[in-house]
Amino acid sequence: MLHDAALVAAKDLRIERRSHVTTHQVAPFAVLVLVLFAFALDPDRGVLDRAAPGLFWTAVVFSAVLAVQRSVAVESADRAGDALRLAGLEPAGVFLGKAAAVAAQLLVLEVLLAAGIAVLYGTTLRSPFVLFAAAILATIGLAAAGTAYAAVVGGLGARDTLLPLLLLPVVAPVLLGATRAWEASLDGVPGEALPWLELLAAFAVLYVALGIAGYGVLQEES
Amino acid sequence: MDPSVHLRAVVALLGGFPALAGADLSVGAGEAVLVRGPNGAGKTTLLRLCAGLVPPARGEAFVLGHDLASDRRAVRRRVGLLGHSGFLYDDLTVRENVVFAVRAAGADAAPVPASLERLGLSGRLAGTAVGALSAGQRRRTALAVLVARAPELWLLDEPHAGLDAAGRDVLDAVVTEAIAAGATVLIASHDSDRAQRLTTREVVVAGGLVHEREPVSAP
Repeated sequence: MLHDAALVAAKDLRIERRSHVTTHQVAPFAVLVLVLFAFALDPDRGVLDRAAPGLFWTAVVFSAVLAVQRSVAVESADRAGDALRLAGLEPAGVFLGKAAAVAAQLLVLEVLLAAGIAVLYGTTLRSPFVLFAAAILATIGLAAAGTAYAAVVGGLGARDTLLPLLLLPVVAPVLLGATRAWEASLDGVPGEALPWLELLAAFAVLYVALGIAGYGVLQEES
Repeated sequence: MDPSVHLRAVVALLGGFPALAGADLSVGAGEAVLVRGPNGAGKTTLLRLCAGLVPPARGEAFVLGHDLASDRRAVRRRVGLLGHSGFLYDDLTVRENVVFAVRAAGADAAPVPASLERLGLSGRLAGTAVGALSAGQRRRTALAVLVARAPELWLLDEPHAGLDAAGRDVLDAVVTEAIAAGATVLIASHDSDRAQRLTTREVVVAGGLVHEREPVSAP
């Protein structure tokens, strides 16, 4: 399973490196979201600084939808997804590989966005361990849930519009947990982040387990 | 010896409708069979069923000894399908596509350079992104995957389509060698003359059923 996951993840990341979709489209979109928030909210940075965690994670969640859609599109062209099935790859390995590739792209994006809120909103990034832990757990949850739901809508005609409709409510706990954990961290009370980190961990474990167990069935139905 | 393909009263659904409606077919190991039939008769569904991509809704379906109702993944590792689509990634090069497909199937990637050479895809073309290739070159790339994997059952859906004369000759040579090496081959084709030269038996798919035809010329 891990061999198959590594093979699929390496393939997806290589495709992204060639196509530059993440760097040329998803990342500018995410930064644009931050900039638009900066225009829409208080220009004196007071409101922006307080709202920075929520705005950061909102931008990440929207970007995650784009990254997952891209991950699906790669397999749709020329029925390349059938290549994964024809090869007899372990479905759990395919799920883990695709989720890992999405997660890797999101982590790079989060580093960029963290720099963005520091520069644009004047946010001081305190308690880096908590910020990092929340980012890792939230990213795993987003990538796992996104990859699983992409398989759910994979065989449906209007999957491009259905995916955000289904996925955004599902990942609301990630948005909430990650935002609260970052707020606690940026407010200098990292201890208050613990229950939110637990929520993020539970979400990540749940969707990784669901994906490993159910991806084969979803893949066959799509 | 068990047949490579054994279908009995198989029903396969496509979009909820029976593309195969009680198909019977038995193909012995090492046999080369031409599958004919009008458009929409169910030829592609028959090949995708044998490849383990379409599940049988009813009936008895075994490929290479594996039950297609319960063990399709095991079948997939042992068959090769050349379909209407190439199952290729546009942003990967020719070489990367073939290596990925071979490794994903759990096979050794060592034969990849030779397969690319055989299909006229070595040198600069091997490092070209598949998205920049012509339809014929894409077809050759998909065929290179089969050559490198050397599956036990070759499922070729309109294999000559999109190939130039030289490409068709290479395809015929490759398939002939596979048959000589003991592989079983099913070819769905409208190009009967060429396909008949490769096969020893002919079946016709019509109305979701498979009908036997008289033997055709030897390869």
